[in-house]
Amino acid sequence: MTKSRIFWGIVAPTAAIINSLFFVYIILKLRGVEPIEMFKLMVSYGFDPRNLVSEINQTVAYYMAGVAAAIGFKMLLFNIGIDGQYRMGAFFGAVVGAAVNLPPVLHVLLIILVAMLAGGAWAAIAGYLKVKRGVNEVISNIMLNFIAAAIIAFLLSPNLLGSLPEGSQNLQTKPIPSSGQMPTIKAFEGEIYSFLFIAVVVGIGYWIMLNKTVFGFNLRATGLSFRAARASGVNAPRMIFITTVLSGAIAGLVGIGTLLSDTHSYSMAFPSGYAFTGLALALLGRNHPVGIFFAAFLWSFLERSAPVLEFEGVPPEIVIVMQGTIVLSIVIAYEVVARINLRQQQRAVGSANSENQIPVAEQVKETK
Amino acid sequence: MQLSNVREISSVLEVIGVEKRYPGVVANRDVSIQIAAGTIHAIIGENGAGKSTLMKTLYGLIKPDAGQIKVFGSEVNLKSPQDAIALGIGMVHQHFKLADNATVLENVILGSEPTRFGFVVRYEEARKKLIEIAENYGLDIDPDEPLSNLGVGERQRVEIAKVLFRGAKILILDEPTAVLVPQEVDELFANLRELVKKGLTVIFISHKLDEVLSIADDITIMRQGTTVATRKPNKTNKKELAELMVGGELPKPKAGELKVSPESILSIKSASYFRADGRQILDGVNLELHGGEIVGLAGVEGNGQSELIELIMGLIQPASGSVEVLGLDAATTLTREIRNAGVAYIPQDRQRDGLLMTAPLWENRILGHQFAEPMAKSIWVNKGAAMEDSKRVVGEFDVRTPGINVLASALSGGNQQKFIVGRELTGDPKLIVAAQPTRGVDVGAQAIIWEHLMQARSKGAGILLISADLEELFSLSDRIAVMYSGKIVSILNPAKTTPEDLGLAMTGAKSA
Repeated sequence: MTKSRIFWGIVAPTAAIINSLFFVYIILKLRGVEPIEMFKLMVSYGFDPRNLVSEINQTVAYYMAGVAAAIGFKMLLFNIGIDGQYRMGAFFGAVVGAAVNLPPVLHVLLIILVAMLAGGAWAAIAGYLKVKRGVNEVISNIMLNFIAAAIIAFLLSPNLLGSLPEGSQNLQTKPIPSSGQMPTIKAFEGEIYSFLFIAVVVGIGYWIMLNKTVFGFNLRATGLSFRAARASGVNAPRMIFITTVLSGAIAGLVGIGTLLSDTHSYSMAFPSGYAFTGLALALLGRNHPVGIFFAAFLWSFLERSAPVLEFEGVPPEIVIVMQGTIVLSIVIAYEVVARINLRQQQRAVGSANSENQIPVAEQVKETK
Repeated sequence: MQLSNVREISSVLEVIGVEKRYPGVVANRDVSIQIAAGTIHAIIGENGAGKSTLMKTLYGLIKPDAGQIKVFGSEVNLKSPQDAIALGIGMVHQHFKLADNATVLENVILGSEPTRFGFVVRYEEARKKLIEIAENYGLDIDPDEPLSNLGVGERQRVEIAKVLFRGAKILILDEPTAVLVPQEVDELFANLRELVKKGLTVIFISHKLDEVLSIADDITIMRQGTTVATRKPNKTNKKELAELMVGGELPKPKAGELKVSPESILSIKSASYFRADGRQILDGVNLELHGGEIVGLAGVEGNGQSELIELIMGLIQPASGSVEVLGLDAATTLTREIRNAGVAYIPQDRQRDGLLMTAPLWENRILGHQFAEPMAKSIWVNKGAAMEDSKRVVGEFDVRTPGINVLASALSGGNQQKFIVGRELTGDPKLIVAAQPTRGVDVGAQAIIWEHLMQARSKGAGILLISADLEELFSLSDRIAVMYSGKIVSILNPAKTTPEDLGLAMTGAKSA
């Protein structure tokens, strides 16, 4: 049973990726470009060591967003607020990190903790509104994303928490001292953020929490059936609130790798759009920590290798088309797999029943 | 006259040697039935006996692998329900397929509206036709009534009218009485008799033997995918039918000695409850339950039973009064603590409240028991114990499944129920709240569940049995409390009460 689950878990995303490649193949063909050549070019560019390093660093950020989304998905929550939560986490992590002086490891841990608290607290607003007021989390989170961006823009003004370094047009927080910075690992002529290890810890922790603990069981049970969980003794509304906060806390870590290993301060240049990406990655990786990792890497890889297409006269936006078709295909592929699985199981149940039945049925025939 | 024409053909519907195979399973084989015109023909059998497969075949939803179907004497090949409808075969589903926010007329014509130019609905013509049908067949419905105003029995009439509107001559009713109270069942039966008098033919699927004996002209019994016998109701009895259905002697619940313990394990004192919209659902309910006794809670659905259960389980809080469960105040105690204290809970809606449908069986074994050993060890889920005990439940309660890794949704309803009952009766609970424990369950599984409930009772557990099945209430209960409109209106002794009295009490009539 588990073997077939792993098998289908790999077949579905592979089929989705092939399907999307096929789609892009047709588009490229219509443009009169040789698709196979393009794919080859992307692969060789994407696996170039220097590019690989930045892909890994991007993967770490995407991974956090993916796990944050996955926690929400397990509860049937659509955490579109990852963007705002990530901004809050990175911003307050940067502000607190710059304001204190602590021994090296402790300093880093404090920043990570503050980032998680800030992200979690921001998500808690949506959680509270959902549980107590019945506000759909998608609506509140979209609003909260705007509000977070506005608050941070306001706080970044030079007379408050921001500063404008000489020769720069970019408002940013004060730099974090070296005790609060994370080292990088030199590899392939580049530098990999050591925050990578935190991501690994988060992934393992997520898996253990979900599959081994009573808390994780309650979380999944509430996601699978609110009513059954409630009848079983789970305080389901509270569970929804906690899950929302947890998802936000992980989202708070999305920008921390860049912050601690690269920029050392938060600025308006921190990218946006992590919410949609995170949701797509959780979907593609099927909420599984390993699956999300591969999904995150695939995303970074595609984005990094896109610019090379421009040299050949192909707009790099083709990568967005590819990502979009992957997500669309994966939704369909998983649905198909789920139906195949259920049918297989029902068949197994049916044949188990008929095995029990046949001898009895034969008896009937004889007595007739 | 059209009526005599119909009667000249001996069988309106004939099934000869029909077989339907799924990979690894034979759902139907060697199924043969002859259905005479103008009769009510009952088809009975346990869950999984192949009744639904046969009905789906007759309604064109599935294609048989072998065999013949003859309708009005000529062989037919049904490819879709549209084919079946065109031939005059109509289906009244067990779960109504009606739109709440439309009127009776709109529901009836939906999908086969008489139109002008192909898009303008001719309501007047449709209304006239519906009124004609209603008068002709004695169906008491008002075309302009909004569906949301209707009760279950009336909704069923709308479903029947819907089928007649499409010109059905043969009506298939899939367990039509499952959702009805005794009085509504009588009305339905009167309607059905009216239909056959007018020359229509009714196929009636059920597993309630009393009803079948009282309404049917012929009874065909199915078991393990095939038809095993056909009987006339006046030449058979309940015992024979039950034995034909299960293929052997039926185990009887042994009542055992009544050993009621002195201390009360459930004590409800003038408990009231209001819904969020302000409607009063419970009105001063008083109920005492001791260890070692089974108290049946009878009542038409929606008279406060569900809310009473939720009060006991600590899922909702009373507006006034008190609910004491095993010495705990249910209003201030968490559901998990009530469960941990030794309360087992068999919810009435097993698929929504009792199971995680898309989780494997062994995880479902944990559900409701995740806050105490052995299913939990401090903060960890004890997977080993859950797997092992699932196997035990599967074995002891005869849950038909190839293993404990299959999803709960893959099991049939009866097997899901057996699994839930097995799970809840684990660890000798002190109080068992059993809501509809055998609803939709076949005779064999019902016997298993009843026996285990009886065993729990003789081990000293107190059982609150909420049931719509009067036979169940009479067979198991030591006392029967009747709920009507949020109140307990009477407490009856099942040995000195007739089902009719109970039925009257349930509908609010004054009772002894």
